[in-house]
Amino acid sequence: MAMTDPARIEVVYFAWVRERIGLPRESVTTAAATPRALIAELSAREPRYGAAFADPSALRVALDRKLSDFDAPLAGVREVAFFPPMTGG
Amino acid sequence: MRVSVQPDRFDPAAEMAGFGTGPTTGAVVTFTGIVRDDTGRMQALEIEHYPGMTEAVIADYARAAAERFGLSDVLVIHRHGRLAIGEPIMMVATAARHRQAAFEAAEYLMDWLKSRAPFWKKEVGADGESWVAAKDSDEDALGRW
Repeated sequence: MAMTDPARIEVVYFAWVRERIGLPRESVTTAAATPRALIAELSAREPRYGAAFADPSALRVALDRKLSDFDAPLAGVREVAFFPPMTGG
Repeated sequence: MRVSVQPDRFDPAAEMAGFGTGPTTGAVVTFTGIVRDDTGRMQALEIEHYPGMTEAVIADYARAAAERFGLSDVLVIHRHGRLAIGEPIMMVATAARHRQAAFEAAEYLMDWLKSRAPFWKKEVGADGESWVAAKDSDEDALGRW
């Protein structure tokens, strides 16, 4: 897993990701270098994360409120959000 | 330009007061999305959003539409929270010199907002609740732009 110096990040969840994890947001101290590494780290903690993150292709990620991708660097990011594809309009 | 993300019900006709009143406006197009029930068993629609990101994303697309289609005015209203069947969910209004630009700008905004603005719809019915899945056709529609 790609690692960097540990940092405190706000992790935010929406829709069924929020429901499966059972939280709207939490502070996480992590050395994960990318969102993909972060979901692997969280999934190893507890089954509810594994249930939410089982299929990353069914998810979207935003870094500091901008849509991004699972391999983007987390360095300097304060807020990471995970959610299903949007259904607005 | 006006963008509003709000829980409150709105009246699409009332929102048009003062819209696109400049001398270069020759065409105004409005679109209103309404909560519908295809199954006969839906009781409400719940819309979740990402406060802070939602407003910024909509404003970005509204500015992009204004520039690309030469709009003289643009309005986007999108609701969140619990909505009843028949209530307006969202509206888009575009003002331009000519109708083609106004129509296209409204479609452009609708296509992008559907797949890129952070809203999630959940249908609440007599049989329980279910999240609305995104459609491939909505993502495919973006290829047009």
